[in-house]
Amino acid sequence: MSRAIVRAGADRLLPWLLPVLALAAWEGLAQAGLISTRVLPKLSDVALAGVRLTGSGELFGHLQASFARAGAGFLIGGGLGFVLGLLNGIFPVAEKLLDSTVQMIRNVPHLAMIPLVILWFGIDEEAKLFLVALGVMFPIYLNTFHGIRTVDAGLIEMGRSYGLTHWQLLTEVILPGALPSILIGLRFALGIMWLTLIVAETISASSGIGYMAMNAREFLQTDVVVLGVLLYALLGKLADSVARLLERWSLGWHPAFQKP
Amino acid sequence: MTVLALHRPAPRPQHTYVPARPQGSDGVGVRIAGLTKGFGDHPVLRGIDLELAPGEFVAVVGRSGCGKSTLLRLLAGLDTSDGGTLRLDDGDVTGFAGRTRIMFQDSRLLPWKRVIDNVGLGLRGDWRPVAQEALRQVGLERRAGEWPAVLSGGQRQRVALARALVSHPGLLLLDEPLGALDALTRIEMQSLVEAVWRRQGFTAVLVTHDVAEAVTLADRVILVEEGRIALDVPVDLPRPRERSHPDFAALEGRILSHLLRREDADA
Repeated sequence: MSRAIVRAGADRLLPWLLPVLALAAWEGLAQAGLISTRVLPKLSDVALAGVRLTGSGELFGHLQASFARAGAGFLIGGGLGFVLGLLNGIFPVAEKLLDSTVQMIRNVPHLAMIPLVILWFGIDEEAKLFLVALGVMFPIYLNTFHGIRTVDAGLIEMGRSYGLTHWQLLTEVILPGALPSILIGLRFALGIMWLTLIVAETISASSGIGYMAMNAREFLQTDVVVLGVLLYALLGKLADSVARLLERWSLGWHPAFQKP
Repeated sequence: MTVLALHRPAPRPQHTYVPARPQGSDGVGVRIAGLTKGFGDHPVLRGIDLELAPGEFVAVVGRSGCGKSTLLRLLAGLDTSDGGTLRLDDGDVTGFAGRTRIMFQDSRLLPWKRVIDNVGLGLRGDWRPVAQEALRQVGLERRAGEWPAVLSGGQRQRVALARALVSHPGLLLLDEPLGALDALTRIEMQSLVEAVWRRQGFTAVLVTHDVAEAVTLADRVILVEEGRIALDVPVDLPRPRERSHPDFAALEGRILSHLLRREDADA
């Protein structure tokens, strides 16, 4: 009984062992004076900077700005990608018409569009939303399309012979069948979402985590820059955890996601 | 309120469960004449004439590629014929659904729906008790809340059978549904299929490559060869049938030798 609890606890803690050890080594080496604070400030200094910025409300403001951009861009791009994937996956005519175009746009690195995007939108919110949406759209599109195309044809045939309407066929057979693939697209998209946002914010912004880090660099506040980097790591992990949770919750039927 | 009531869809009586009908009262008769079907240049069915009485159990046997599965798919409305007529008592085969249900070799359960939701697929209204009753008929009422992934192959086919039975089919098409099961499970499933057929009285067409299975279950065994009906033998043995009975063995032998003779001729 107690051994089972210890084991369950160990299972939960083990993934955090390496990050914690790395942080401890960092603090130890910095305290011993082996790392120049110009290169890497002490972990405790970074934590203090975090506390200071939290107290002034600055950190929260930046986080809020970043989250709002990430969320809005993700919804727009992800929604477009999903609808396009659905359309091209179901109607071969749509695929013939649209897929080549989508593939060409997809192969332009969206971050290379930054100069053009700044010319179009200036450094306002639209520029960042556009970039995030553009980046997020393709993984969702590709995986939705692929998921729909690989739904077991036998199941669709069965659904039709059992009198399902087109709508029921879509919601009860095709979409659930495509869901594992769509969720993989979602995970990729979440990664790209942060990456794009951070790049966009470091180049042109007046708020957000990326802006906070860039601004701190101007004043040589290395501790705040490092705080920004650590926040990226945490936010990325958070997004991935949310995606995993979503997988677990919606793919309970899938043998690969069933609890042992 | 009354205005709303006017727009309510009419009740669908075929989904209300009526237990234990007398045999033969619920089946749909089938008339097939000169039915042809080809894929590309290759003719698969070269003129099939066949009549099925309501409530009759017919088994179709034949070697791989003889066209027996194609015949079943035409009956199900999954494919369209090139020529000839295919008529059910209650109208032409015009496409999917209606009162025809098909059971495939693989169970084709939706893995993301629980067992009971698979059985109730496409039903409207208060379908849960009906689905539960269908599960009880196949002996799986206690597995209603499980995912199909945790069931064995035989259990999945039983769920598929419950799904086919739940809407009270007039014509049940069985496309080698027991082909992938082990010998013991097969025999259990055969008696289950026979029991529900006797209880519900639907017309049944079983495609199989197992002659013993055909003789066990069918009123009539039809041998299809190169797209034509080569043999049409009634099975006048009392049910449930004993495989060890000499008449059973004789009939099975007769059909088998017919099958094998062709094979010799080909070699």
